[in-house]
Amino acid sequence: MRTIVRAACLSLLIIATARAIDTEPPLPDPVQQERYEALIHELRCLQCRSQTLADSEVSLAADLRREVRRLIAEGKTDAEVKSFLTARYGDYVLFRPPLNERTWILWVAPGLMVLVGGLIAWRVVRHRTKLVPSDAEEIDAGDSQS
Amino acid sequence: MKARFLIPALAVAVLFGFFWYALKGGDYDPQLIDSPLIGRPAPDISTVTLADAGRPLTSKQFLGKPFVVNFWGTWCVGCREEHPEFLAIAKETDVPIVGIDWKDDHPAAVAWLGQLGNPYDAVGVDDDGKIAIDWGVYGAPETFLVSAAGEVIHKHVGPMTVEAWRKDFVPRLAPGGGK
Repeated sequence: MRTIVRAACLSLLIIATARAIDTEPPLPDPVQQERYEALIHELRCLQCRSQTLADSEVSLAADLRREVRRLIAEGKTDAEVKSFLTARYGDYVLFRPPLNERTWILWVAPGLMVLVGGLIAWRVVRHRTKLVPSDAEEIDAGDSQS
Repeated sequence: MKARFLIPALAVAVLFGFFWYALKGGDYDPQLIDSPLIGRPAPDISTVTLADAGRPLTSKQFLGKPFVVNFWGTWCVGCREEHPEFLAIAKETDVPIVGIDWKDDHPAAVAWLGQLGNPYDAVGVDDDGKIAIDWGVYGAPETFLVSAAGEVIHKHVGPMTVEAWRKDFVPRLAPGGGK
């Protein structure tokens, strides 16, 4: 119970600071406001790098929030807002890197590593299980060596 | 069979190779962000001059010949650092240098240029930061080189130096364009 209350207080605090950073009044359309909030949580502040536009207090982040707000108010889609920013700042503004010819290895590598690791593990296990019934002594020798 | 034990050693060696490259190899600087503007038409600038808010300043005035665009502000420490360098660069080149006074106090900027000297052929103001966003600027000072064809051909992040001018800007100018 206590942890729940603490967590609630903490999240209220976080919400309070978020409000303080983005001082602009919300967009008249709540759907647009929701999209705006989602977007600024996915876009990087270029000055403070590890923060999103929503979290950053620097003036560049405020300017970029203003641009995002303007584009949404003009009826642009999320993809159009993102491409407005990537055309100027590159893919680096996106916290979720897109899948393209420069980033495919980033996306494929984890799966590939699991696959290759799994294959190696499977081969080693199969190799050892084969050894057990036929030649136990050799395994002992091998184990004490390692 | 013994060779199998070399595989982990080899993998570690390759890893060290990557680390070494990242730390020492080439000009790699993780702080720099490649500008997607390189090779693309320079974004339009349409504003007014710092000296006279009634006088328009547009990038069209400079198209046709290479020019330099420098984002600065009196609030920026790196800009003060690069200022004497720009004065020296302006002395050794005919390429116009366009200053964009980024989100700045106008009287302070006028006073700064009066005090420290003015290397710019024109200074425009960017009060709401819109020009800087169009140029993908994320921290002053940033300096761009625009070709005669109107394309952004180089970007320098951080304080400009005469050395960087000679090394990275002059060779990119058309023959004879540097002087």
